[in-house]
Amino acid sequence: MRLDVRWPIGGMFTITGGLLVVYGLFSDRAMYEKSLGINVNLWWGLVLLVFGLVMLAFAVRAMRPRPPGQDPRPPVV
Amino acid sequence: MAASGAKYGIMTSHFYWVGAMPAMVFVGLFMMPFYYGSRARSVPEYLKLRFDEKTRALNAITFAVMTIFSSGISMYALAKLFELVLGWSFHGSIVLSAVIVLIYIFLGGLTSAIYNEVLQFFLIVLGFLPLVLLGLKDVGGWSGLTAKLATVATNAGFEPGAWTHSWKYMDSPSHNPMGMEWFGLVMGLGFALSFGYWCTDFLVVQRAMAAGSMTAARRTPLIAAVPKMLMPALVILPGMLAIGLHAARGGFLPIGADGEPNYNLAIPMMLGHYLPSGLLGLGLTALMASFMSGMAGNVTAFNSVWTYDIYQTHIRPGQTDAHYLRVGHAATVFGIIASVLAAYSATRFNNILDMLQLVFSFVNGPLFATFLLGMFWRRTTSHGAFYGLLTGTITAALHYGLTISRGAVPGIKGGFLGAVLHTYPSEMALNFWTALFAWTGCFVATLLISLFTTRTKTDEELRGLVYSLTPRIQEGSMPWYKRPVTLAVGILVVSTLLNVIFW
Repeated sequence: MRLDVRWPIGGMFTITGGLLVVYGLFSDRAMYEKSLGINVNLWWGLVLLVFGLVMLAFAVRAMRPRPPGQDPRPPVV
Repeated sequence: MAASGAKYGIMTSHFYWVGAMPAMVFVGLFMMPFYYGSRARSVPEYLKLRFDEKTRALNAITFAVMTIFSSGISMYALAKLFELVLGWSFHGSIVLSAVIVLIYIFLGGLTSAIYNEVLQFFLIVLGFLPLVLLGLKDVGGWSGLTAKLATVATNAGFEPGAWTHSWKYMDSPSHNPMGMEWFGLVMGLGFALSFGYWCTDFLVVQRAMAAGSMTAARRTPLIAAVPKMLMPALVILPGMLAIGLHAARGGFLPIGADGEPNYNLAIPMMLGHYLPSGLLGLGLTALMASFMSGMAGNVTAFNSVWTYDIYQTHIRPGQTDAHYLRVGHAATVFGIIASVLAAYSATRFNNILDMLQLVFSFVNGPLFATFLLGMFWRRTTSHGAFYGLLTGTITAALHYGLTISRGAVPGIKGGFLGAVLHTYPSEMALNFWTALFAWTGCFVATLLISLFTTRTKTDEELRGLVYSLTPRIQEGSMPWYKRPVTLAVGILVVSTLLNVIFW
């Protein structure tokens, strides 16, 4: 069976987002002067985290067995 | 693309809204049936089925040259990035990027390439978006950017809106930074270059092979066109922001040897300016991903065209699969070495898109004329196609040899035939006109020669390869919103709207 492309996408962005959020929480505020005073690591990390988790959720949902009589959905990609 | 956003302003969006999108709609509606129906594995193979071996060989050679230049240009961009980030010398950076791509291609196959492409797309979107948002906030939104770019425009001797209106200043070449008037742009870029590029794109043909049904094959380029509509916001806007801030605050872009800013570094400089460590890593990864996919795709295309269309057909037919696999690997290594040379020639251009379009104008311009005649006129003969294609490429060389862009030294940038008959205001204008001349040369020559030579293929042999001999597609049972035509109309409406909004 082909690997659902949502697994690698979800996994990659969940990890990257998580790393950025943690780094954003503990990093020095002075660093964010260049990004106009916004803690972009924290905020964009959250965006990536949510995106990654949504992708993973879709991938999990697609793995559930379908009620009989329904056409299987075509593979993504 | 960002480099052009800085150099030419929002007119760069024509590459998407006038170029890519109508072309992809055309591919989906009209070309896909031939690719899918003929099961050709590459563009040269289609030419063999439709015409003959010599047409295929000629196209395979020019196509191979084109892929090398394309991958060399991506390699140059990647090496520039390493140079900037790691502080290595340009030579060392070139070697590093060559090695990375070599490993990347040897480890991956077609499947991994498709997965990678999807991943890279999201990476590019999510990596560049914070940069665009921060840049826009800093510059004061779209109105702030317009004000900054007005300074850029007046400094360059244009009307204040020349960088932020895509059509308004196209009445004359001297009124806009690209140096184009609307006719040359629509015909040169929209028609000859973009249709030539997208209709014969290697990936398009591969998708057609991988698709499960005719409708799926036709829908693929249409769906791919949807994100293309919004790409200008991600790839052109950063360039416009960079030049706007460069003009307002100075020192944003490094100045090259010719006294002009090096537009190619617009995105790397923006990344370094706005993103703190952490997110900076993501931005750089996104940038690397975009260059890597460009390079790997082209080297892979070179490898298969060389192995399959040139080596297996003309040099040593009838060998084992293992033999061809080895040849393919050797071709990959050779392709990368040749790309290194092409990367060094890219150092002569302050905007790599100019150079890329130059190569395309030689290869894709004439090819599209051959395809158009071959697919829609069954009277087109093999001799007509071959000599037409040859004439088109020679026309491109003659045109490029006899004209030059303003301020350029004769040589690699045109005018190498001694006499300069015409001077274009920009390199891009020269490219568009080269493509248009090449297209016309090929079209006229193919038409005339076809009329005076006899056909070598019967109607039966051309079934599925020529429009009038291909059975019409029946889609009556499909709900209207799933039909490719619906999708196509939607795309055209949105791109027209975008053109009007940024008029």
